[in-house]
Amino acid sequence: MAVDRSDIAKLAKLARIQITDEAADEAAKSISDVLALVDQLQAVNTDGVLPMAHPLDAVQRLRADVVTETNQRKAFQAIAPATQDGLYLVPQVIE
Amino acid sequence: MHQFTIAELVTGLRNKDFSSTEVTQHYLDRIARLDNTYNSYITVTADIALQQAAAADKRLAAGNAPALCGVPIAHKDIFCTTGVRTSCASKMLDKFIAPYNATIVENYLNSGTVMLGKTNMDEFAMGSSNETSWYGPVKNPWAIDCVPGGSSGGSAAAVAAHLAPAATASDTGGSIRQPAALCGLTGIKPTYGRVSRWGMIAFASSLDQAGILSRTAEDAAILLNDMASYDAKDSTCVERDVPDYTADLHKSLKGLRIGVPKEYFGEGLNPQTAKLVEDAIKVYESLGATIHSVSLPHTHLAVPAYYVIAPAECSANLSRFDGVRYGHRCENPKDLNDLYMRSRSEGFGAEVKRRILVGAYALSAGYYDAYYSKAQKVRRLIKQDFIDAFASVDVILGPTSPSPAFQFGSKTKDPVAMYLEDIYTIATNLAGLPGLSIPCGLVDSKPVGLQLIGNFFAEGQLLNAAHQFQQATHFHQQSAPGIE
Repeated sequence: MAVDRSDIAKLAKLARIQITDEAADEAAKSISDVLALVDQLQAVNTDGVLPMAHPLDAVQRLRADVVTETNQRKAFQAIAPATQDGLYLVPQVIE
Repeated sequence: MHQFTIAELVTGLRNKDFSSTEVTQHYLDRIARLDNTYNSYITVTADIALQQAAAADKRLAAGNAPALCGVPIAHKDIFCTTGVRTSCASKMLDKFIAPYNATIVENYLNSGTVMLGKTNMDEFAMGSSNETSWYGPVKNPWAIDCVPGGSSGGSAAAVAAHLAPAATASDTGGSIRQPAALCGLTGIKPTYGRVSRWGMIAFASSLDQAGILSRTAEDAAILLNDMASYDAKDSTCVERDVPDYTADLHKSLKGLRIGVPKEYFGEGLNPQTAKLVEDAIKVYESLGATIHSVSLPHTHLAVPAYYVIAPAECSANLSRFDGVRYGHRCENPKDLNDLYMRSRSEGFGAEVKRRILVGAYALSAGYYDAYYSKAQKVRRLIKQDFIDAFASVDVILGPTSPSPAFQFGSKTKDPVAMYLEDIYTIATNLAGLPGLSIPCGLVDSKPVGLQLIGNFFAEGQLLNAAHQFQQATHFHQQSAPGIE
């Protein structure tokens, strides 16, 4: 399936990525090419085939509900772009 | 000293022929002198390396050192390393200092290896030519105007140029095996779940697997012994004992059943590459293996299924880069949405953005069943092809890559042409099987890779088959021109 500039704008918004007007046409073309490649899948009969999410069909392991990790807020916030009083700073959200 | 294999370094260090400090300094000198040409390292960790080498020399002198103690290696810059920049070759993480070690990095620390530095790669491991790196392309030591392959192109070029005796790497669709092929190396991608993914920056979580680029199959076996482990921190890591991968290296191949899939020799395969693979088959026959024609009928659907599943998982994984907790943040955001939009747009390169958008499309309302769910069903058909083939053969053999290394820029304008570079390697990731590539000759003075695919957890058998081939041939001993 081919996508156009308006599809690209919608996807870019969903993915929180800016695509400039000049780049939108190129993105539409290259993404349409990729979709043309993957459209080969539509020709295959997959009736009754279960989707495969994991090569070994493993299930999620469970563990006892006990604390195993210590708080490392300081170490993790040391690499944050902006923090204050142990909190991550973002632009004001609520007026 | 830079001509030694890992096996020879292990013996030499133990016999006190040289110290770890001497070997490490020798490699650091070579990197300083030569890597301007190749750009194979993003970060050289000289101080850390010399400290680790001094510590290793003490352990070696005390006589209780583990096997790999004092051996220098390089890590692909996708693995988190405490206190050292871990960039994944992206502007997004250009200033990211990892607060912890990846499990495989920790495993190699425990075994006393020395970290020379962090190698270049395609941005977030998305690419087959190392041209998407924020730090610039890596040059192929065999042909300086050609790509080294990708995404582990820096690891491959570093080993091929003897700027590291071996390097860690990762493989989501061929990112270890294709650079191994294009740079004349041995590269192994283990079974999915054999090696911990913890601390390896995620691209497509159901496909990503860490592995090794080395000069010989024996070196890969030695290194895999310490890389593989059960890790409770990675929920997809398999709880299973790690065998000694060197144990079966010397086993005879008499009676080994090798399957050759006819689908791997069709249109698009360079005829000279095909000829070298056919010659390799004759070598295996002479070693006592029997050759059988097999069919993997869904092979042509591997690339299409991959380019739904991998971008879908990529778009989910890379949503974590929001400019808030770590990584690049734009200047003066006017509101929260602007912070997300501009931080991500400035931080990601073109190929990463393309895959995020394709993934967002495949997962979006109205398209999920037609794309994502369909691709997952086809993935099961592809895995079933292998299960059926392994009912009658032990190992599957074919080319690693359709042709030798190509020139810079020749595929960058056409993503689909670049994606087809991994046509023979991708199915292995979709099925979760182990695969390796070994050199099998030269075309136009550039290396060609032979791919061996094994059954689940049959890494030992693959390495045995690769090692026996290397005992009978000399291709793995050839060095790039000018690399003494």
